[in-house]
Amino acid sequence: MASGRRRLSLAWLPTLPFFVYAFLFLFLPAGSIIIGAFKDVDGGWTTSNVTTLFDQPYRRAYIESIEVSATTAVLGALLGLAIAYAAVREHTPRWIRSVLTTFSGVAANFGGIPLAFAFIATVGTLGVVTTFLRNQLHWDIGASWPHFSLFTKNGVEFVYLYFQIPLMILVIAPAIDGLRREWREASSNLGASSFQFWRYVGVPVLMPSILGAVILLFGNAFAAYATAYALTSGVVPLVPLLIGAYYQGNVLDNPHLAQAMAFGMFVVLAVMMLLYIPLQRRSQRWAK
Amino acid sequence: MSASAFVWLVLAGLYFLVPLVATFFFSIRSVQTNKCCSFAAYTAVVHNGDFWHTLRVSFVLALEVIVICLVLIVPTVYWVHLKVPKLRPVIGFLALIPFVVPPIVMVVGLLKVYRGAPSWFYDRPSGILAAAYVILAFPYMFFSLDAGFRAIDVHTLTEASQSLGASWPRTLVKVILPNIRAAALAGSFLALAIVMGEFTIANLAQFHTFPIFIQFVGESDPYQASAVTLVSFGITWLAMSSLLFIGRKRGGGATTQIAGAR
Repeated sequence: MASGRRRLSLAWLPTLPFFVYAFLFLFLPAGSIIIGAFKDVDGGWTTSNVTTLFDQPYRRAYIESIEVSATTAVLGALLGLAIAYAAVREHTPRWIRSVLTTFSGVAANFGGIPLAFAFIATVGTLGVVTTFLRNQLHWDIGASWPHFSLFTKNGVEFVYLYFQIPLMILVIAPAIDGLRREWREASSNLGASSFQFWRYVGVPVLMPSILGAVILLFGNAFAAYATAYALTSGVVPLVPLLIGAYYQGNVLDNPHLAQAMAFGMFVVLAVMMLLYIPLQRRSQRWAK
Repeated sequence: MSASAFVWLVLAGLYFLVPLVATFFFSIRSVQTNKCCSFAAYTAVVHNGDFWHTLRVSFVLALEVIVICLVLIVPTVYWVHLKVPKLRPVIGFLALIPFVVPPIVMVVGLLKVYRGAPSWFYDRPSGILAAAYVILAFPYMFFSLDAGFRAIDVHTLTEASQSLGASWPRTLVKVILPNIRAAALAGSFLALAIVMGEFTIANLAQFHTFPIFIQFVGESDPYQASAVTLVSFGITWLAMSSLLFIGRKRGGGATTQIAGAR
């Protein structure tokens, strides 16, 4: 160890293959997008691709994408928190928790095209639940209240929750475990109500974890492509769908615009990640 | 159990189970009568050559990705734990980058950089697609292996093995690998779940994998589509329960179990 510089500088050499691989297939593609976003078709430098993103239809796509991601992140976080808390409370049987985490593991990973099809078969126009309600209860959920259609923004959000809630459950369950029972006992010994416990102890302790989870969920929904692709076929113009449409053929004639859109996604997610890292640090403070 | 906990759990159960049950009922509707019950959709699927072909393509691809991941990441994480612990946060940071570069962004970059590459790489799933999936699987593989290595005494094991005369490769394969088997398996099952479900990159790079087949079926026959959907759910379920089974045998601990194939 003490024998100085030379040995130390060679010690990382066996990790070289890994870094070369990461360079070739992670940094090179990511870097080429950042550069490509600022090039024009003749190879010169330009900011026009990126400024075009603030015009329609791109501006709308970013707004819709961010709205869908934020809505499903916040809703997913709240519902996931409520369900996870219900499952890990002292009086809930233990098997419920184990079933819930197992199922969450599957559902958080079950996305894409099959998820869209499952919802089409359930609450699509000819879906099992839709037809049951229409034929048996004379309740048409599309034509009357709540005017639900899978192929709209609300529909996409409804489907995204199917992977957002389980992800929240997986992420937040360990944090809820960290809410020690003694704190609850101590606060009730001091005369605090259940509401006061949550207001002054539970939520403040969980808050960094919850915020971190919301950011994770946001990124998760923001990156999603396949589910929206199968559901909306472009009716809801999310950014990944616009990028995809370019590669399917016929929409733009400037490939740098697609790269600029990808760059825009990268920027949004990078900002989110910058918010996430300090929150993650703070939330670890309470673990042990 | 309190009343509110009960209500939340019942609502959650409904939201999560109804789509699966409904998809099953949908898949056994008869094409002619639109009523119950016919297993024609399932028969049609298993007699569809493309079903088996794409399933095979995706499965072979998954194995390839797992092998590359293990060969690339196990020695690296081992070496980092043994000799250069300073690099550990660097790799940990790298493992966060795929979260910032989602598949749709990654495929745009990959197609741009490797457009002129030789056809054995650019035109085959075992080339560019496998390379992309290794990057997708890398964070899960890394976090899983990193936890595995933290749980064993790398230094003592290595010293013991080398003082008995074993070479580096022999130490890695015969001593270290058996000790991190559970972590490696867990990472592998996550990689399997990712590859079997990934649609975005395969679609834009125009490869015919299993998820592309599902999409294709959906355009022509909704009943068969829901049958294949359940098959896909089953595959995810198998991969994830194998993962949990390993985790439980290992004696609990936090198993990474979020992959994501949106």
